[in-house]
Amino acid sequence: MIPSALSPTVGVGFKPEHYEGIAAAPGPLGFIEIHAENYMGEGGMPHAMLERLRPDYALSIHGVGLSIGGAGPLDQDHLQRLKILCDRYQPQSFSEHLAWSTHAGAFLNDLLPLPYTEETLSHIIRHIDEVQTVLNRQMLLENPSTYLRFDESTIPETEFLNLIAQRTGCGLLLDINNVFVSSTNHQLDPRAYLTAFPLSYVGEIHLGGHNEDTDDEGAVLLIDAHGSPTADSVWALYAETLAKTGPIATLIEWDNEVPAWPVLRAEVERANALLAPSLAQHAA
Amino acid sequence: MHQAFETRFAHNLLAAKPPTPSKRFAVYRNNVFVGLVEALRLRFPAVQNAVGADFFLALARDYAGGNPPSSPLMMQYGDQFPTFIEGFPPLADFPWLADLARLEVAITQSYHAADAAALGPHDFARIAPEDLSRLRMTLHPAMRLIVSRFPVTTLWRMNRGEAPLATIEAWSAETALIYRPHFTVAVDALSPASGTFLTSLYAGDTLADAVEQAALIDDHFDLTTQWQCLINNGLVTTLTLDD
Repeated sequence: MIPSALSPTVGVGFKPEHYEGIAAAPGPLGFIEIHAENYMGEGGMPHAMLERLRPDYALSIHGVGLSIGGAGPLDQDHLQRLKILCDRYQPQSFSEHLAWSTHAGAFLNDLLPLPYTEETLSHIIRHIDEVQTVLNRQMLLENPSTYLRFDESTIPETEFLNLIAQRTGCGLLLDINNVFVSSTNHQLDPRAYLTAFPLSYVGEIHLGGHNEDTDDEGAVLLIDAHGSPTADSVWALYAETLAKTGPIATLIEWDNEVPAWPVLRAEVERANALLAPSLAQHAA
Repeated sequence: MHQAFETRFAHNLLAAKPPTPSKRFAVYRNNVFVGLVEALRLRFPAVQNAVGADFFLALARDYAGGNPPSSPLMMQYGDQFPTFIEGFPPLADFPWLADLARLEVAITQSYHAADAAALGPHDFARIAPEDLSRLRMTLHPAMRLIVSRFPVTTLWRMNRGEAPLATIEAWSAETALIYRPHFTVAVDALSPASGTFLTSLYAGDTLADAVEQAALIDDHFDLTTQWQCLINNGLVTTLTLDD
C-alpha cells in the first residue's frame, strides 16, 4: 500500500483561473490539491493544465463525492474512477471526508453529517478498508464542519477518528477551520478538541475561511463557506497545532468567490511564515 | 439505525417543507439547493440571461428538487435540463429555450471530451481526387452538433453578450457546431445543409453520401467551404477509404 506522504510545504486548492499566475511565478507553492470529481472528464483543458503542472508540484487528490460515511455500499463505478485518476497522476496523497453525500442513488452535493456510533464506525471502517484496497493507497480522512449533532451519537468525534485510523491504518486530514466552525457551533472549546485529537495520524492540514451567522436562538452559527481569508482565530490554532506536531503539509482552501492569484498567494505566504520556523526547528 | 437515519435526513433535505424547520438543519438544505442551482447557473448562463435571474432561480429549484444528480460527476448535472425546460408549462411559448439549453449542455460535454489529434491540411492533400467519393471520416470526440428549427447559435451569442441584443429578422433554422480548438470551446452557426453534411459524416457515411444528403436540402450546397471548415477547425481525426 502506497502511503499518503505529502512533504511539509504549503499548497492551494487549484483553480484553473490561477493557472497563469502559478506558472508565471511558482514562488512559495509546494503542492496543489484538486477535487477528484472535476478531473473525471475524459480529456480537455482540466487534464491539459494538470499534466503541465504535475512535474513541478506535489499533488494531493481530494475526493468530495465518495460518501464514505453513507449507510449503503460504496459506489463501485466512482471508486474505479478514483483509481483511474490516482493511477494516472500518482498523487502524493489521496483524501476524503468523514461525511456522506449519496442516498438511494441521488448525489446530494454536500458533505452531510452522521451520528457517531458503533454501527456507523463499523460501516466507515469497512468503506475505508475497501478504498485503500482498491486504490492500493493509504488515504487521509478529514474531520467535518457540522451544524447539527445527534442524540444517537455515543462516541466523541475525536475518538471516532482515532478508532478509524487505528483500525484501518488510514491517516487523518485535520481541517482546523472545521474544528473552529464545529466547536463554535456546538459551544465547545476548539482547543479542547485539538487536545483530544489524535495528532500523530495527521498527514495534512486544511485552512480556509468561514462566514458568521446566528441560529434560531441567536447563538453564533459559523458556516464553512471557503469564500474568504482564513480567520485570525484559525491561524492562532494552526500555530499552536504546529508547535505540537512539527511541520505538516498545509493547504489553503478557497473554493467560492475565488480571488485573484496575488490574494491567495498572500495566504500561502502567511502559512509559510508559520511553517518555516517549524521546519527549521524540526531540522535542528 | 444508520440506514433509517440517512433516509430520514435525505428526505427532509429535499422535501418541499421540512417537518422540523430549524436554522441549523436549514444550513444543509440551503447548501444542497444553493449548490445545485449554482451548478445549473454556471452551466446554463444563456438560458438564465434569456429568462432572467429570478425566473431561472425558480426553474432551477424546481428541477433540482425533483432531479437531484444521479452521480458525483457534477459536470454532468443538467444533462436532462433541456428536456425539463421543454415540458415546463410556463415556458410553452418559448420552444427555442430547450435548444438553447441543449447547446449549453453540448458546450460542457465538449470541454470535458476526450483528446484526439486532428488531421491537418497535409493529410487531406494526400487523398487522390478519384478516392474522394468513397472517403469516410472520424470526427473529433469534442465536436457536437445541435440541429435546431430555431436560430439557436444567434440566440446563444446574443444571450452570452457576444452579439448585440436585437430583433432577429431572419428567424431561420440553424445547426450549431461546437468544437474545441486548443482546448477552448467554440460555437459556429451552420446552415441546415451544412449541418446535415456534418451529421451525415458523423454517422459514418461516405463523403459522396454526405454531399448527397446536403444537396437534398440545398441544391447550392458548397462542398469547398465545408471542406475548409473540416480542415481549419480540426474536426477530423481519421480518414478511411471504402473498399
